[in-house]
Amino acid sequence: MTNGLKAKHQRLILVVIALVALIGAGLLAAWALRNQANYFYLPGQMIAEPPEVGQAVRLGGMVQQDSIRNMPDGVTVSFIVTDKDSAVVPVRFTGILPDLFVEGSGVVAEGRLAADGTFVADNLLAKHDENYVPRELQEMDQHKADETLVAQGPAT
Amino acid sequence: MHGFANPKRFLALASWLTPLLLVSGLLLTSVALFWGVTSVPPDQLMGETVRILFIHVPAAWLGMGGWTAIALSSLVFLVWRHPLASLAARAAAVPGAAFTAMCLITGSIWGRPTWGTWWVWDGRLTSMLVLLFLYFGYIALSQAVARDGGSSRIPAIFGLVGAINIPIINRSVVWWNSLHQPPSITMGKSAIDPEFLVPLGVAVLGFSLLFGGVVLARMRALLAEIQTEARLRRKAGGAS
Repeated sequence: MTNGLKAKHQRLILVVIALVALIGAGLLAAWALRNQANYFYLPGQMIAEPPEVGQAVRLGGMVQQDSIRNMPDGVTVSFIVTDKDSAVVPVRFTGILPDLFVEGSGVVAEGRLAADGTFVADNLLAKHDENYVPRELQEMDQHKADETLVAQGPAT
Repeated sequence: MHGFANPKRFLALASWLTPLLLVSGLLLTSVALFWGVTSVPPDQLMGETVRILFIHVPAAWLGMGGWTAIALSSLVFLVWRHPLASLAARAAAVPGAAFTAMCLITGSIWGRPTWGTWWVWDGRLTSMLVLLFLYFGYIALSQAVARDGGSSRIPAIFGLVGAINIPIINRSVVWWNSLHQPPSITMGKSAIDPEFLVPLGVAVLGFSLLFGGVVLARMRALLAEIQTEARLRRKAGGAS
């Protein structure tokens, strides 16, 4: 009412100010959480800021091609996890592998860093990427399949 | 817009729009799900479980869309004081919560064979669970206000404040490393093969129409409830 403003305009301004403050607070909180809220370390992050030896953490990245080795005991596998900056962390895991665990695909390992720099995993989770490709396109390598999809995919 | 804020005009519109939305939504959803289950090829990595996509993705989008509707209606109610806006927000809460729950349940069922786990506390899953709890809080609050009397502004403010979670859900897979994959569909680009994308589009449209129909039906029911109560009160007042 003051300054000739209509009541509804006053309310609109008030709500907009409240929303701006709220979004600002939310963004600040999300920004502060940017490292704490990560579900896993990338190999590069694990090398740059290694967690304490024996501390329970998760490591996530791609399984390097031709890196999966079966140990002589038959239930232990070792492989290398890498990221797009090609930092690498060797991983050792004893147990049953998930179906989607293949070379060149994403993985999240739960476990701890050993003193020798190997990551000893208690549990493996397979990570799916954002690509959905039918079996018929399987013969193409992933890169080519991506290109096909981008070329065919309608704008959504 | 001001025209539809008139309950009489709204009811005239809703009386034919509600069945239209419900029937067309049901039809499109059945077509999309039948299509998705019977004639879509298996995914190269996930195999047959890819069919969960056609329920999981529309449910996730509508769970978030439901709260967006609550927030927008709350804004309209707070600024322009349209009572119908407050009613629309109340009506969107239960279907929104139902779709959010559906998203979490189908996601969990999908996660077990694909990731090897039913549940993890990563950014996407946790923020979606927070959305479900926000819905529960909103439903309890708006029902308490409607039953015991009180300012409808309280749930409206809750609806606006809760909207901060929506961009967090949307960005959670980009800001933080998460087990859930980054978005497949972004502005102008899709990493989903058309064989999956087309039935997914039909499913999203069908579920959205159903959502709209349920919201309209609930708004009509809430209006009828208010009218009945007012009539009873008048009668009781006249008798005494």
